[in-house]
Amino acid sequence: MTLQSVADEGVSAPQQPKSRRRHRLGKFVLPTYSWLVIAYLVFPIAIMIFYSFNRVLTGLQLVSFTWNGFTTEWYSQWSNVPGLTSAFWLSIRLALVATLIATVLGTLLALALVRYRSNKFRGKVAVEQVLFLNIAAPEIVMGASLLGLFVTFNVARGFLTLVLAHVMFCIAYVTVTVRARLSGFDRSLEEAAYDLGARPFTTFRLVTLPLIMPGVLAGALMAFALSIDDFVTSNFISGSNVPFPVWVYGATRVGIPPQVFVFGTAIFAVGIGFAVLSIFLSRRQSK
Amino acid sequence: MDQVVSADHPRGLEKKRHRAGWGKRLAPYLLSLPAGLWLLLLFVVPLGVMMIQSLETCSPATGLCVMTWHWGELPSQVSLYRQQFVSSLEFGAAATVIDLVISFPIAYWIAFYGGRRKNFFLIMLLVPFFVSFVIRTIVWEFILSNNGVVLSFLRHQHLVPAGFHVLGTSYAVIAGLAYNYLPFTALPLYVAIERIDRRVLDAAYDLYANRRAAFLRVILPLTIPGIFAAFLLTFIPAFGDYLNQEILGGTSNTMIGTVIQNSFLVNFDYAGGASLSVVLLAISLLGIWLYARLLGSQAIEEYL
Repeated sequence: MTLQSVADEGVSAPQQPKSRRRHRLGKFVLPTYSWLVIAYLVFPIAIMIFYSFNRVLTGLQLVSFTWNGFTTEWYSQWSNVPGLTSAFWLSIRLALVATLIATVLGTLLALALVRYRSNKFRGKVAVEQVLFLNIAAPEIVMGASLLGLFVTFNVARGFLTLVLAHVMFCIAYVTVTVRARLSGFDRSLEEAAYDLGARPFTTFRLVTLPLIMPGVLAGALMAFALSIDDFVTSNFISGSNVPFPVWVYGATRVGIPPQVFVFGTAIFAVGIGFAVLSIFLSRRQSK
Repeated sequence: MDQVVSADHPRGLEKKRHRAGWGKRLAPYLLSLPAGLWLLLLFVVPLGVMMIQSLETCSPATGLCVMTWHWGELPSQVSLYRQQFVSSLEFGAAATVIDLVISFPIAYWIAFYGGRRKNFFLIMLLVPFFVSFVIRTIVWEFILSNNGVVLSFLRHQHLVPAGFHVLGTSYAVIAGLAYNYLPFTALPLYVAIERIDRRVLDAAYDLYANRRAAFLRVILPLTIPGIFAAFLLTFIPAFGDYLNQEILGGTSNTMIGTVIQNSFLVNFDYAGGASLSVVLLAISLLGIWLYARLLGSQAIEEYL
C-alpha cells in the first residue's frame, strides 16, 4: 500500500524536477516508514528487556503483565531456577559442539563444491540438491523424521542425538556461506605456494585457510545462531535434558520465571555485541 | 601426497605423481564424504524412514508400529485434518503477504539510500533473530494480551470496545507469524533490489519513464526472483509453524504443525504423524519445484 502511494506521488507532481521528487522520497517518506518498521521489530525486544526489571508481588515467582516497580533482583538471582540454568548451559555446550563440527564439515564440502566440476566430482548435483532441500524443507518435517529414525533404531534421546540433529541442519548453511565467499578465490595464490615447494596441507594451512577465514567465521556464527535458537527440531528429539528454547516452551504452560527474560536479554546483548563488532571490523578493513 | 621430490629418483617421481593423481581424483569425494554421510544418515534416511512409517499401522496403546502397506493412511489423514491444512495455508500465506508488503519499501530504502549505514540497517532488520524464537512469541502473547500494553492503551482511549480481544484469534497467530518470519522476507528482497544495476534505472528515466513506470516496468520485474524466493523462504516455515498457534492462537485455529507435533509427542501415532509430515513436505516441495522450474535451482540459494 505504501508502495502504491510512493508510486502515485511521482505521477501527481509532474511539474517538479525529477531529482527533487526523488530527493523527497528518499529523504522523508521512505526513511520515516523504515524507522517505523524498525521500531516495530525492536518493540517486543524492548518489552522483554523492560519486563526483565519488573518486580513480582506474588509468592510464585512468575512474570506478570502489570508493572510492579523496578528491580534488578532477577539479574542478581539469574541462576535461581535450576532447570532453566542447566537448560541454558546445555544449549551453550550444544551450540559450541554443533558449530565446531558443522563448520569443519561444511567448509570441506564447500571446498569440494567450488573446486570440482561435475565431471571430476560425480554426484555433485545430487549433493547440491540435498543441500538445497535441507535448507528449504520445513523444520517440523526434519524434526519429526529424526524422531521416527531414533525411535525405529532405538537410539536413546539425549545430548548425542541433539548434536547429530543440530550439525545436520547447520551444515548446509555453513556450506552455502563459505561457498559464497570462496567463489572469488584466487587459485594462483595456492599454485604459487606449490611452486615454492609447499605441501598440500601446508598450503591449506598457510594460504587457503587464512584467505577463506572470513567466510568460515561467518558460517560458524550462522551455525551457532541457528543451533542456540533451535526449538522445533530440538523439541522432537531432546530427552529429559532439554535445551533452553524447549525449556522455555515447557514453562509457558505453568508460567514463566522472570529469569527467562534475563537470559533473553543477555543473549540479545551478546548477539548485538557481535554484530556491532563485525560491522566495526568490516569498516576498518574497507578503509 | 609428497610433492617435493629429489631429481635423482626419477622412478620415485613417477610413482609419486601417480599417487598424487589418485589423491587429486579422490579429493572431491574425500572432502565431501563427512558432510555427505552426515546429511545422508540424518537427513535423507530419516525422510525415507518417515515415508515408510506413513504406511505402517501403529498401536495407540504401545506405540509399536507394524508395516501394513496402509496406503489409505495418507488420504484419510488429509481428509481428517483438512481444516488444519487449510488454515495453515491461509495463515502462512497471509503472514507472508503482510511481510512482503511491510518489507519491500524498507528493503528498497536500504538498498538505494542506505549508503554507509547499510550494515547497520540490515542488522536492525535481523534484530528479532537476536532473541530466542520462543521468547519472541511469548513477548507477543504479553503484548497482545487483554491486560497488555497495546490493548489496555486502546481500551483506555476508547478506541476499542471493552470486550475486544486479540489473543486466541487467528489474527494473533498471523501477527505472530508475520513478526517472527519478517527477516526471512526482508533479506532476500534486499539482496534482489541491491543487485539492480542503477544504470538500468537511469536509462529508464532518460527514456522519460516516470516513477511509476520505472517502478512497475524496471524495478519490479528485476526483483521478481527475489520476491518468489522471499515468499518461499517465509511461507514454508510459517506454514509448518506450530509455536505461534499454540501460544497466540489458544485452543482454536489449530495449524497442521500442531497436529503433527501432537501425533508424535502426545498420541504416539507415528504413522499418522508421518503421513501428515509427508503431505506437508510434498506441499513445500511443490513450491520449491515450481520455483526451480521457473527460475533455476541455484537461484534461491543466492538469496539466503
